[in-house]
Amino acid sequence: MSLFQIDFGDEPKPHKVVGIDLGTTNSLVAFMDLTAPKVIPGVDGSPIVPSVVSIPEHGEPIVGAAAVERLITHPDRTIYSVKRLMGRGVSDVQDELKLFPFHIAPGSEMVIQLSLGGKRFTPPGISAQILRQLKKNAEAYLGEPVDHAVITVPAYFNDAQRQATKDAGRIAGLQVMRLVNEPTAAALAYGLDKRENGIVAVYDLGGGTFDISILKLHDGIFEVLATNGDTHLGGDDFDNLLLRVALEDIAAEWGADLSGDQVAVQTLRRAVIEAKHQLSTLAVTTIAFHYQGRAYRREITRDVLEKLITPIVNRTLGPCRNCMADAGVTPEQIDEVVLVGGSTRIPMVRQAVRALFKAEPHTELNPDEVVALGAAVQAGILSGHVHDKLLLDVTPLSLGIETMGGVVSKLIHRNSTIPATAAETFTTAVDGQRNVLIHVVQGEREMVRDCRSLARFDLKDIDPLPAGMAKIEVRFLIDANGILNVSAKDLRTGKLQTVEVKPSYGLSDEQVEAMILESFAKAEEDFNERQVREARVEADRILNAVDKAKGDDAYMELTDGERALVDNSIAELLLAYHGENHHLILDKLEALNKATMKLAELMMNTAVRGALKGTKIDA
Amino acid sequence: MFSGPPPSDYFAIFGIEKKLALDVEDLQRRFYANSREWHPDRHARAGAAQLAYAEAASATLNDAWRVLRDPVARAEYVLKGEGFNISEQRGRDVPPELLEEVFDLNMVLEEARNGDAAAKAEVARALAKFERILSEIDSARDGIFVAYDAAPGRDALSELRSLLNRRKYLQNLVRDARAALV
Ligand SMILES: Nc1ncnc2c1ncn2[C@@H]1O[C@H](COP(=O)(O)OP(=O)(O)O)[C@@H](O)[C@H]1O
Ligand SMILES: [Mg+2]
Repeated sequence: MSLFQIDFGDEPKPHKVVGIDLGTTNSLVAFMDLTAPKVIPGVDGSPIVPSVVSIPEHGEPIVGAAAVERLITHPDRTIYSVKRLMGRGVSDVQDELKLFPFHIAPGSEMVIQLSLGGKRFTPPGISAQILRQLKKNAEAYLGEPVDHAVITVPAYFNDAQRQATKDAGRIAGLQVMRLVNEPTAAALAYGLDKRENGIVAVYDLGGGTFDISILKLHDGIFEVLATNGDTHLGGDDFDNLLLRVALEDIAAEWGADLSGDQVAVQTLRRAVIEAKHQLSTLAVTTIAFHYQGRAYRREITRDVLEKLITPIVNRTLGPCRNCMADAGVTPEQIDEVVLVGGSTRIPMVRQAVRALFKAEPHTELNPDEVVALGAAVQAGILSGHVHDKLLLDVTPLSLGIETMGGVVSKLIHRNSTIPATAAETFTTAVDGQRNVLIHVVQGEREMVRDCRSLARFDLKDIDPLPAGMAKIEVRFLIDANGILNVSAKDLRTGKLQTVEVKPSYGLSDEQVEAMILESFAKAEEDFNERQVREARVEADRILNAVDKAKGDDAYMELTDGERALVDNSIAELLLAYHGENHHLILDKLEALNKATMKLAELMMNTAVRGALKGTKIDA
Repeated sequence: MFSGPPPSDYFAIFGIEKKLALDVEDLQRRFYANSREWHPDRHARAGAAQLAYAEAASATLNDAWRVLRDPVARAEYVLKGEGFNISEQRGRDVPPELLEEVFDLNMVLEEARNGDAAAKAEVARALAKFERILSEIDSARDGIFVAYDAAPGRDALSELRSLLNRRKYLQNLVRDARAALV
């Protein structure tokens, strides 16, 4: 018997679950603090970790603000906006590749392989570096290990993009409790102090993605009615446009085409972004660019910026209208509009939203933080800290299977509330057939070639029977993360049927496992640090228990010598506690445990005696 | 609770009797209450079996909510449950009383699409008429709902099925007419 085992009536401590906004441009981590979510600052004091990763020649990857500096000094070793590459194959991203300075290795059909300094990296692997940094920040701030997280994704992310995000979490050593859609998370954060009932639209324009979601709020239930968006639309597009214009301007002025010079391009990119930001508050500013002793200065007005970006801003309006149609609401029925994402700071974007929804948009919450805050609320729901709220989200894209002639047969329609399920019975076409192959696609179009291939499922080891006799029921389930799960049952025998999954895009389980192992080898120091932290948590627990036990009558039954031994062991443990050696902490912990063994037994006996007498003893 | 498979019947999962005429507000209250009980987020820390039950129950509940809150989808669900083939023929046969009307409409649709003002006026007139018939069909449908709930029988269901077929046909007409007007 030891004090560890005595239940002092404390609730078992639930895992700390953090909420993470893994953005294209910026990432943040937040947690649920007593009653309100809070963002967690990093070492520099800012909660915003730029989603930039740089791979130095020697040593650990550099993440965040320090990596941003290296965009200019080491453009070929520094990756930004990696979220745009998540869950994609090389053919999907031809347009962005023209603008990225880094190289794609051959064999990038299913998963893009970035080639940096002779090594290869996948988008989930790079995203994992960002997550690892956020995890570290959270652990340092909270003073305890953090292994569980809710991570947000654009509502319009497809299955492969969601799976890639989950993989990134696993590689970073996080158990991803849930993927939450970014606009929904934002609504959760707003819902905390806003109306309890009504219809709310969330317009989220960030760096790389655009989402619109319409929700119905009902006494703590957040029911998403519809969602729409574009996973390739955001502030990056404004930047690329300005960059192109500036490059042409410079070419005319200097007679030199700088577009092939990565250092020049990245420096200029930073200059145009700065000008773009300034034009959100100023009517006119200057793009200033110094390069190899030459200076380029161009005045730019907000008017000109607005003319340039109008077509891009207008591309957000179609999805908004479709979303309202799917939700079955008119602009008049929308009670509130919430703005999320850095690009909604642009006055013209606000104006467009105001005009479309005929409502004054909310901007009270910091658009940079609101998604992470909402993720923390969802983390609170999952860990049991938040009881009164519940999110009912939808799947953004229809799910279907390929039928004869390459036609899609839809099984689950877009904007169905998740979890969502559909079942379909399959049979064989020829005598003795052992396999049936099912091709699952995502998208709204009628033909397979116009949708996105999700995976091929191979029903294997079917009992050999005459054609058409086998009856295999396949159940498709889109879970609360928006990820597809498939199971199959032989209806004749009732037995579960083997299904082999061949995803069209993404890492295989083995690849993820390998990356997890690799990251462990690299994270040796991390690991030590973490063991010390865990030992300290354990020490806190036992020290608390001993403290409580000291107030028990049984403590007085110990001899003076036994009590001195307990005090001595406590002192030694505290000494070890403030060192960095986790073995020592654990040894001292064990010693204290031994020293309190008799105390634990005495307390147990008292408890048993009390119970036998029918009196309840509360510790 | 949380043992055995969750109910697969859409009415049973709401804990209500099979009825064609439903109070959608009451249904919504039940949907939210059951969601609070079954949604997987409520069982995130539970064992695998309980979580699987929660997932299956909410998935069925979500589908049931989508179907039962809509009178047409609800009627089709009941028809299908009673062995009626609802996909057959649907919306293909021209309701006889509309034959002439549809013929005329088809004549002017193309011109209206091309912007001909007179044709547009013609289409608008037809559209108004179709919308009126549509709302008449919906009242007739609600009448059948009530009658069936009081005394369930196959005759009522047969009538309902042909009514829904006509409705489907009209809806396609309305859609085409609206598209030609924008
Ligand atoms: N004041 C501003 N004016 C215009 N754009 C801004 C401003 N502040 C930030 N942005 C833009 O917002 C985008 C980043 O928004 P954020 O919500 O952090 O994106 P993500 O969710 O994609 O990480 C970038 O394109 C950035 O340039
Ligand atoms: Mg964002």
